[in-house]
Amino acid sequence: MNRRKIFEFTGVNLLRFFILITGIFLLVFLYVIFSRGGKVVSWEFLTQAPRKYMTEGGIYPAIVGTFWLTVISMLLALPLGIFTAIFLTSYAKPAWLVRIVRVAINTLAGVPSIIYGLFGLTVFVRIFHFDVSILSGSLTLGVLALPVIINASEEALRSVPRDFREASLALGATERQTILRILLPTALPNILTGTIISIGRVAGETAPILFTAATFYTRMLPSSVMDEVMALPYHIYALLTEGSHAEKQVPIAYGTAVVLMAMVLIISALAIVIRYNIRKKRKW
Amino acid sequence: MVNKAHISTEDLNLWFGENHVLKDVNFPVYDKKVTAMIGPSGCGKSTLLRCFNRMNDLIPETKIKGKVLLNGNNIYAPKTDITEVRTKVGMVFQKPNPFPKSVFKNVAFGLSVRGEKKNKIDEIVEKSLRNAWLWDEVKDRLNSSAFSLSGGQQQRLCIARALANDPDIILLDEPTSALDPQSTAKIEELCLELKKQVTILIVTHNIAQAGRISDYTAFMYLGEMVEFDETQRMFTIPKDKRTEAYLSGVFG
Repeated sequence: MNRRKIFEFTGVNLLRFFILITGIFLLVFLYVIFSRGGKVVSWEFLTQAPRKYMTEGGIYPAIVGTFWLTVISMLLALPLGIFTAIFLTSYAKPAWLVRIVRVAINTLAGVPSIIYGLFGLTVFVRIFHFDVSILSGSLTLGVLALPVIINASEEALRSVPRDFREASLALGATERQTILRILLPTALPNILTGTIISIGRVAGETAPILFTAATFYTRMLPSSVMDEVMALPYHIYALLTEGSHAEKQVPIAYGTAVVLMAMVLIISALAIVIRYNIRKKRKW
Repeated sequence: MVNKAHISTEDLNLWFGENHVLKDVNFPVYDKKVTAMIGPSGCGKSTLLRCFNRMNDLIPETKIKGKVLLNGNNIYAPKTDITEVRTKVGMVFQKPNPFPKSVFKNVAFGLSVRGEKKNKIDEIVEKSLRNAWLWDEVKDRLNSSAFSLSGGQQQRLCIARALANDPDIILLDEPTSALDPQSTAKIEELCLELKKQVTILIVTHNIAQAGRISDYTAFMYLGEMVEFDETQRMFTIPKDKRTEAYLSGVFG
């Protein structure tokens, strides 16, 4: 074998080896979580409140809490993110303003999530007096998801062929009509798949809701956005750090992890299905 | 032969940044005639075409001096309503570019952005598709995606879409360069038919095409309008040496 072939051979096999390691990590990871948490998950676990200082019962309030936190944060962040992306792609003047907005977005994207938590505590909980509530938590999570949504939307809008925009303007449509009737409808499926990924992130974040929305334990379901709630990721944290019955709490924590991961996986799968269908239909 | 100029330029100059692309262009486009613009790549013919519906406005750092007169009004005058100009001056692009919508919605687009009434839209869409010789091919699938049509059909759809606005003039930017010979022939015939009702200005790389369909031809070279004449005359006895060289294939 000559040198080139040896390089080729070792190179390819090195890549295979790395992929294998990644795959093994994923399998071990799934095994650890599911082998410990799988048995705990049952219908009662999903539909009942915790009992006896969280050593028995289920996690229903935490599921409900995470659901509302995620939905409301998306309702707040989606329009804001999409409008920002429209501004950046279509109006984007003057150049210095765009540059500042972009630097701001990229900085926001790199901020550790605990700092979002502190920010939410100061701004939403204290200054706006929303207190520890679904609203404060959703706003904080929304700010966290914003950079991801803006970037995904911007990419989706930019991938709309320039031809469509020119054709629309050449037919006498205004800039605004072109955005509303051509750019947005064409980009929307891609915007949605891009943002569904951020839903997974939002559902799983602990630090941002630590001081803004989550409560350690409540049997009550929230009656309004001003109530504090239990949430899945925080529930895991609480089970492992509070209370005195570790032997009973740890399995529940793994069970909660299984539920949280299942939720995120289902959402991601949904994104993949949507994207697959769009790619099949798309012809330009 | 006396003809009315439908659209014309007066000392039109255009710069992209530092780049002087169009130089003192004076050019008439006559009413209900086909005028062809020919010239080598990069001579500015497409840029000139896009001056007539102000599409160059989309390109940053574009500077324009001079006038473009549409029915006597300068479309670069400060108070011009650009959307109105673009309604009167339709455009068909090099690559067929239907919207990712149904056949019907593509043709109806210009009407619906101006808030035309539903029954009027139905009527005009049918008429426009008939005028673009597409009606018989698509009448049973008005609601299917425009992308299900062939390339040639898509380009005729784009022509129908422009016709639906009832324009005074249609600009065609190398409309057949992405099409097969049969589809090309059909579009050329269509141009000859359409000039009965609308003025046509076509940019083409294909000298033979200009010869086949145009009444007037403009030859452009390095941003200048070198020669403008009746096609017959220019193709038999070109006045300028550069025109002669281009027509005989010395460069291109």
